[in-house]
Amino acid sequence: MIKVCTSTFSLANPSSINTYLEQGGYSAWKKIIKDKTPKSEIIQLIKQSGLKGKGGAGFLTGLKWSFINSNEKQRYLVCNSDESEPGTCKDRDILRYNPHSVIEGMLIACYAIGASVGYNYLRGEFIGDQWVVFNNAVKEAHEYNLIGNKILTSDVSIDIIPLIGAGAYIVGEETAMLESIEGKRGMPRIKPPFPAVQGLYGKPTIINNTETLATVPYIIKNGEVWYKNLGINDSVGVKMFCMSGHLNQPDVIEAPLGIPFSKLLDQCGGILDNKKLKAVIPGGSSVPVVKGQDIIDTPMDYESLMSIGTMLGSGGIIVMDESTCMVSVLERISRFYYAESCGQCTPCREGTGWLYKTLVKIKSGKGTQSDLDLLNRVANQIEGHCICALGDAAAMPVISFLKNFWNEFEYFVDKKQSMVI
Amino acid sequence: MNDKNNFPDNLIEEIDAIKSKFPSDKSKSAIIESLLIIQHHNNGYLNEDLISSLADFLNVTKIDVYEVATFYSMFNLKPVGKNIISVCTNVSCMLRKSDDMVSYIEKKLKIKVGESTKDNKFYLKNEMECLAACNGAPMMQINHINYENLTYDKIDKILDEINND
Repeated sequence: MIKVCTSTFSLANPSSINTYLEQGGYSAWKKIIKDKTPKSEIIQLIKQSGLKGKGGAGFLTGLKWSFINSNEKQRYLVCNSDESEPGTCKDRDILRYNPHSVIEGMLIACYAIGASVGYNYLRGEFIGDQWVVFNNAVKEAHEYNLIGNKILTSDVSIDIIPLIGAGAYIVGEETAMLESIEGKRGMPRIKPPFPAVQGLYGKPTIINNTETLATVPYIIKNGEVWYKNLGINDSVGVKMFCMSGHLNQPDVIEAPLGIPFSKLLDQCGGILDNKKLKAVIPGGSSVPVVKGQDIIDTPMDYESLMSIGTMLGSGGIIVMDESTCMVSVLERISRFYYAESCGQCTPCREGTGWLYKTLVKIKSGKGTQSDLDLLNRVANQIEGHCICALGDAAAMPVISFLKNFWNEFEYFVDKKQSMVI
Repeated sequence: MNDKNNFPDNLIEEIDAIKSKFPSDKSKSAIIESLLIIQHHNNGYLNEDLISSLADFLNVTKIDVYEVATFYSMFNLKPVGKNIISVCTNVSCMLRKSDDMVSYIEKKLKIKVGESTKDNKFYLKNEMECLAACNGAPMMQINHINYENLTYDKIDKILDEINND
């Protein structure tokens, strides 16, 4: 079994600095400080490792780092721990069971992009658990002089500062997060300029997901070839897969990219109560749903999932059995995006409302055939017409649910009741 | 807590510590975490006086603070019950019957979602977000502590324990 971000999870006192140090933790950081490793060398190594962002977009991490505008002296790193894509529950475990890997990854990233401050933004709902653990880990790292002023008596000074949100899905969008750190409503910014050029307080900023940054120390320590070879076939590296829904043992599994879906299913004890697999949303609720039969043998990596019309996204895999009413699930998804739209762009603000209200109408048995067409039309009018991806996130489920389960929606409109009840 | 202009010393200390996380000319950045702390010291809700006080203290406009207080779902702008219950009803939890859990709690506490109990012990928040504990579905947070793999029996036990506290 491969363990990267999860390597401390099953140990006693997983979050303590001593546990992490015993596992060789902070050795990558100490070596960088001691050798005064050139920044370009670190960026090059992360590029060659093929590490991709694990928050959803899957952009090459090293490439992102190389975009930093180095003409500006003040630069920032932001770690995105606003884990809130429905179906995703991996960063919550990294933050509470392996917080020092996040800190070490943030330090290395700060060093590589020339940032003196790295903020870790945790979602507000983590205040009772992860917030406490992460703050304590930062305190420990200070005591060991691994962060702060003149780290390990070198001339490197980097602060790692935890921040807390207060409940807003949209803040997971990187520019909305910058707005939130600036103390404003979380409303996404128009890009360009990209954050690497003009980010937090107008200064160059790199934003990476928690799991991405937690992976960085292990790549520096074990080398880019080691990381590359962790995948299966052409896939590079590992991913934490969040397995939820109708499973006998829902779980978060760290596994090589390219692992067949059927294997992940087996590791979760199969479908709940031995029912049949009906549908899967493989990357958080905003990616397209696929039929069970289309994904069962599919390797779980970016390209293979693309080839069956969906995405790996955040790795939030929602599994649905044959008893699932697809109309009800889509209504729930649409309710969420309607509630969480920030309201800045008209197609999203109005469109998400139309989608939700139309689905409520269908589910209450008052829908007509033309409402199904309306759903498709509204979804297509949102997609690609907004500042950020929330509108697309609301539209993609609608389009894919209708495409893959059209007969079930037609049945509901026709018979005024669900096909599965 | 004093609603008017002056925060108690311990609160001032906490807000100063939050301010020190940001560049000295960016005190606006301290609004969110400060509001969370102020709310915590004020029985779980905010009012206009407190919002004004924080604006004065941080030297920002009242609307700066007010727009934050109204945007983020964890801020309550009216009094709520002491223990805040958020049941996740997003997709993963819905598939594991979270809607039944909500109905059960509503019946047990004799309130609807969005309401507080008469004795002010509980507030059942209308939670829209996924609470990132999908492998523990169905789940709820009470005062931001997770309770996972819920059953009716489990809910009884948890709520009765808090009620008898």
